[in-house]
Amino acid sequence: MQLAFPGVEVPLFGLVTSAQYNSLITNHGTIMIFWFAMPILVAAFGNYLIPLMIGADDMVFPKINRLSYQIFFLSVLVLIASFFVQNGGFGGAWTAYPPLSAKAEYNLTPWGSILWLVAVVLEFVAFLLGGINFITTLMNSRAKGMKMMDIPIVCWMIVLASLLFMASAGPLIAGAAMLLFDQTIGTGFFDPARGGDPILWQHLFWFFGHPEVYVVFLPAMGIVAEVITVFSRKKLFAYKVVLFTTFATGILSFFVWAHHQFIAGIDPRLANIFTVTTLLISIPIAEMLFVYIATLYGGAIELSTAMLFALGFLATFLIGGVTGVFLGASGADIYFHDTYFVLAHFHYTFVPIAVIAVFSGLYYWFPKMFGRFMNEFWGKVHFWGTMVGFNGIFMPLFFTGAAGDHRRIFDYSNFPELAVSSLQTLRIIATVCVVITILFQFVFFWNFIYSMFRGRKCTENNPWKANTLEWVAASPPPHGNFPVMPEVYRGAYEYSVPGRELDYWPQNEKV
Amino acid sequence: MAEHVGHAHDEHKDSDGHGPAFYIKIWAILLVLFIISVLGPEFGHRTVTLITAFGIAVVKAYMVAVYFMHIKHEKKYIPYIMFAMLGAVFLFYIAVATDVEKTSGNNWENSSAKYLIEENKDFEHHMEH
Amino acid sequence: MGTTTPIATTRSVTGMPTGRLAVWWVIGSEIVIFGGLLMCYLMLRLKFPHWALMSSHTNTFAGGLNTFVLLTSSLFIVLAHHYAEKKEELKAFGLIWATIFGGLTFLVIKGIEWTTEITNGFTITSSLFWSFYYTAAGLHALHVIAGMILMGWISIDVLQKKNMHRVELIGIYWHFVDIVWIFLFPLLYIAK
Repeated sequence: MQLAFPGVEVPLFGLVTSAQYNSLITNHGTIMIFWFAMPILVAAFGNYLIPLMIGADDMVFPKINRLSYQIFFLSVLVLIASFFVQNGGFGGAWTAYPPLSAKAEYNLTPWGSILWLVAVVLEFVAFLLGGINFITTLMNSRAKGMKMMDIPIVCWMIVLASLLFMASAGPLIAGAAMLLFDQTIGTGFFDPARGGDPILWQHLFWFFGHPEVYVVFLPAMGIVAEVITVFSRKKLFAYKVVLFTTFATGILSFFVWAHHQFIAGIDPRLANIFTVTTLLISIPIAEMLFVYIATLYGGAIELSTAMLFALGFLATFLIGGVTGVFLGASGADIYFHDTYFVLAHFHYTFVPIAVIAVFSGLYYWFPKMFGRFMNEFWGKVHFWGTMVGFNGIFMPLFFTGAAGDHRRIFDYSNFPELAVSSLQTLRIIATVCVVITILFQFVFFWNFIYSMFRGRKCTENNPWKANTLEWVAASPPPHGNFPVMPEVYRGAYEYSVPGRELDYWPQNEKV
Repeated sequence: MAEHVGHAHDEHKDSDGHGPAFYIKIWAILLVLFIISVLGPEFGHRTVTLITAFGIAVVKAYMVAVYFMHIKHEKKYIPYIMFAMLGAVFLFYIAVATDVEKTSGNNWENSSAKYLIEENKDFEHHMEH
Repeated sequence: MGTTTPIATTRSVTGMPTGRLAVWWVIGSEIVIFGGLLMCYLMLRLKFPHWALMSSHTNTFAGGLNTFVLLTSSLFIVLAHHYAEKKEELKAFGLIWATIFGGLTFLVIKGIEWTTEITNGFTITSSLFWSFYYTAAGLHALHVIAGMILMGWISIDVLQKKNMHRVELIGIYWHFVDIVWIFLFPLLYIAK
């Protein structure tokens, strides 16, 4: 709103100053990734689905699970505290590059920057603990008869995401300690005059930062896999392909990070290598999308709300992924870096991941969670409003970005070539669509809360006629999940098996 | 407090057939290696120092992992996971060192780093702070 | 205590006890944390020749003594595991506390060492070398303290012959802490 209508007060907020703008975009990025996407996709869905889907009664370490939540909760408190200290929340972008993030005289948020960093570190510790729980549970606590290839894709994905997180977070935790010391006691880890190097921070950050996007991507793909198989009544086209391309993606994700630093002054030979690896990584991901499309092909598609959101994920993520290829080429990135093109790219990936796929999962598993259905009509209203709105926000931004709109600029009035009416129109369109999209989310919230108490009752355990074990348990599952622990006899995607009367074949059914 | 050092070995063997005497033997070997690694620099030869300091560190780490942590008794993938994590660490080093470890390249110069090195250049002649 | 162990915790599809599997994953995550920090140190150490001079002001005797202390404490904890397996809880308990005492000795020596260095003007902000020195050794010391606390807690159960398998688990963690020091020592003290 500040950019679309400069100088005008934002409703319910007031005039946005430059410092507030910086703080808003910093915390928007940080919160959406660390306190929205990851907690929902990994922690929440993981904690809920993994024990149910592998036929266990709980995680292997319930108390460590609780501890990880408590640490996470503490991190939330610390972050919120950062908004109320002198000069408010940190404004150095979620990437927190020093020296801006290290020196209070530059970022002007002496306490905000420290609290922000502490909150992030606490959140990392929480996710490391939780991740160990998920990995160990999947490895050891599967139901009798559940072989590795019988595990539902979403469980694999959440566990692999935890693994990626674990392997990539280490250097950043070290870096965060270094930055914290730079901020508080005046060390010079990232200060060139003292022998340090700001580029070191960039590498430490992005070595984690890139695998991180796959940490959120994989669970979203997992959710979509579950939904599209159930609502097309078809086997996942190639389970092993999905699995192995996921492994490939995970491994490759460690070799692409410097594409975030193409114009930071890194060694150009390194840039060449990272261009190649970045373009390479689009291949396994595209392969996964192809498998999903092949899964849909020829299926008996039922367009429930969950399915609509899953399909919406595929369509919008495709746009996000393809635009990433533009950015992965270091030559093109020289122009595109730090423009709104980048922003539109990552919103076309992140929003499908953290919002659209999450809605798909919520509509799908709602009956299991609460024993009632969400309203399908309003679900569809929500879907269309979100889809149209979301595309309306970010599609124009590809164009403003290509025209040169810089990121993290509070006001374009000092950039005459950008403060032109054609671009301003696009910004206004995007902003109007923000309002529309937000309004449609109220439909969701009302639907969700109302349906929890007054939704159409779900009288059976398996309303969607799915195969996976969570549908064996009651809706909602009691403490201990299953009165009798299930045993598994087949894979998770045996839909429309020829010669069988029913078009699904639950994993735990003997014949 | 050394326990049961000289007893007959059979009744004190644990699940991998090792008694306390075995662990004490490993400890003694580690101690000898440690002493060598400390004496290494006394030769004044850089390569010798590096081999004794880091080569022996690797050997000691291996021995602790194998004999104290019983890593060989674990499933095969446990050492693989450890090596994978180490791999991530080395990958980080290889890529980042190209930017951080040098003070100048084909088209650039890290003047701050060069200045610091210049400032401290005569350290060989400065033996006290 | 009102909580019972879930069935999930007792299962073992891999054949490995769950606790041990989890400890190895903890070790894995710690490798990347320490590895990341030490690689940063290594890069800069190789960049700045004068860090060798700074390193010469580290107290190799204290560092060496600490290496000996940690090695010996590793011996104690593996012996404690040996006796825990044999259900000889008193010996296991004694050896666990010997290990804790080793950790305490390590910290005391480090405390004296650091006090001397700080009073001689080598503080964490004196130079980037010392920043890394205190950060790396400090992070390691935090892990020593955490290990000691966990060992103390486990020893209480051991005395009642409960949860004896945990001695092995904390042992694996402690050996890792020892291994980190095995590399920290030459990196910080010897390479001069």
